[in-house]
Amino acid sequence: MKRKYLSLLMGISLFAQVNLNSISSALAADAGPVKIGVLNDMSGPYADLGGKGSVLAAQMAIEDFGGSVLGKKIELVSADHQNKTDIAANIARKWYDVENVDMITDLTNSAVAIAVQGISKERKKIDLVTSTATTALTNKECSPYGVHWTYDSYSLSNGPVRALIDKNKKWFFITADYTFGQNLQSTAAKMIKDLGGQVIGEAKHPLNATDMSSQILAAQASGADVIALANSGTDTSNTVKQANEYGITKKQKLASLLTVITDVHSMGLNNAQGLIFSEAFYWNANAGTRAWSEKFYKRHGAMPSMVQAGTYSAVMHYLKSVKAAGTANSDAVMAKMRATPVDDFAFKGAKIRADGVLDHNMYLYQVKSPSESKGPWDYYNLLATIPQGKTFQPIEESECYLVKK
Amino acid sequence: MFSSLSFSPQLVLSQLVVGLVNGSFYAILSLGLAIIFGMLNVINFVQGALFMTGAFVGYFLLQLAGIDYLYALFLTPIIVAGIGFLIERFLLSRIYKIDHIYGWLLTFGLALMIESIFRQFYGVSGRPYPVPTWLRGTIDLGFMMLPIYRAWVILVSSIGCLATWYAIEKTQLGSYLRASTENPQMTRCFGINVPWLICITYCCGVGMAAFAGVLAAPIYQVSPLMGSNIIVVIMAVVVIGGLGSILGTIITGISIGLIEGIAKIIYPEGSHVIIFIIMAIVLIVKPTGLFGKRIR
Repeated sequence: MKRKYLSLLMGISLFAQVNLNSISSALAADAGPVKIGVLNDMSGPYADLGGKGSVLAAQMAIEDFGGSVLGKKIELVSADHQNKTDIAANIARKWYDVENVDMITDLTNSAVAIAVQGISKERKKIDLVTSTATTALTNKECSPYGVHWTYDSYSLSNGPVRALIDKNKKWFFITADYTFGQNLQSTAAKMIKDLGGQVIGEAKHPLNATDMSSQILAAQASGADVIALANSGTDTSNTVKQANEYGITKKQKLASLLTVITDVHSMGLNNAQGLIFSEAFYWNANAGTRAWSEKFYKRHGAMPSMVQAGTYSAVMHYLKSVKAAGTANSDAVMAKMRATPVDDFAFKGAKIRADGVLDHNMYLYQVKSPSESKGPWDYYNLLATIPQGKTFQPIEESECYLVKK
Repeated sequence: MFSSLSFSPQLVLSQLVVGLVNGSFYAILSLGLAIIFGMLNVINFVQGALFMTGAFVGYFLLQLAGIDYLYALFLTPIIVAGIGFLIERFLLSRIYKIDHIYGWLLTFGLALMIESIFRQFYGVSGRPYPVPTWLRGTIDLGFMMLPIYRAWVILVSSIGCLATWYAIEKTQLGSYLRASTENPQMTRCFGINVPWLICITYCCGVGMAAFAGVLAAPIYQVSPLMGSNIIVVIMAVVVIGGLGSILGTIITGISIGLIEGIAKIIYPEGSHVIIFIIMAIVLIVKPTGLFGKRIR
């Protein structure tokens, strides 16, 4: 009898503790300052994609917004998850439960993004994923509090595949062997097959591999027309550099499925020239992007990637929505975020869809040759604009439970 | 998983050539390790970290002093051998008399410390080191285009390994070294300064690792993780080859590189694991290693 009582008591106290935590953090959300967290890879292969530049971008958004909202100061925290999902999950939990962070952004690394979006959903907190590609975030793993901001596998593959498929039917993939690479490859492969092409082989490599010789040689031996790189960051730079060393580009085309301007800078135009890929942002696109990017460059020392521009955009839109909603409560803020189109130098007119995709333009770029480029960071020729509405997976095909069919 | 090409001669030969390049690195590094173990009875786990340090020293020489590759190839081993001298004189010399597991622990700790220092400042992604201009370009081998630099790596490491073998087996200094390994007390009686010889051996072993580091910089990119990635493979090579003969270690290093190359055709994900499977089999069947001699 006593034992039964004891276990009942323990059960009630555990239940109370768990719920008290969420109740107290919900109360704290309105009590303390608005806190934003930037969680990404600051020392690994994706350090240049977002990294410290993303933290700076968030900082700039807070400064441009005025530094405070709802009469309270806005606080920024950041952490390096080192591409380890367990570390990222622990940091996210600590931020939400102990430090009362209201929103987490960036989240480079697809595996990390899925994990943190899951944690955010449980705790009813907003996560604005401004990097990573996995389409799972807006399909099986979708969240009413999550927005996939800058790009995803579908919008990245769309441009290059459609540009090359007419004259190039045989494709070979060099893929980073984890969630991101596999998702990017399967999304692009489906697109290739639907458009009449053929995937004749693949070669996988571990994340942050430095020697791509065997994968490149396998691609060469396959006789494919196009070698598609389903990897990113330093993996892409290494693959392109070594592909040039092995003379691949003489007979075969290289298509990168995810490259940003910092990768092109590290590869050098000699290696990267002719490379085709989609980006959501280019610093030199227009006067608005130039103005912001010059400010960013002064403080960071490198031009912003689409991830860093995306982080600025996400933080700014979030803060505007908090102000409009009059509270930091996630449901109210999300409602305002969805109702208002994004308005900044990079993502003007973008709208958040029911599945969490931020619908916006994507741009197809080709890297200039060294003779075409007028100076450092003058790297891209615009080949095409893929308009909002056509960039992302059609919403009817989404597996997200939030999409009403 | 892997391309649907199945064993075309082009694929096999080209992967073997890549395997030969990797094998050359394994050969130089495991040679240094084997020599150090033979002389000092120390399992020099810091060999990988000093390989990485060598690559970074080469990178610094280029970035800060504008000293290009060829001079770096000669300067770096000397600089890192200096670091090795400090390690040997102040740390390792104190633990020769005790069980060699402590040598392993000490060098393991050193390796972690060195790697962490570099990680703190340089993260984990690689710094680019350009291929020297006079080694750029490719050789058309018919079945593949071999970058000249990789052919250079194979050539230089072969010369390095053979030179080391010659120095140890055929010169007087080498004979002193071998004598000191077999019986340090007796060798001392002949008036040979054994502690000094030990120090030189350690510096040379470490210098070889640094040399391999500069050689690897243009291929693998200079990254703090270079050492930890390769040291486990080197250990496996040394275990498989055994600690008896110089030539045996060289042959094992190259063979493991070739086997890894073939594994990459058949089952790329298993190319790393195959080395350890072979190591396990060798340990069961012939514990002293393929070319090893039983320790008395």
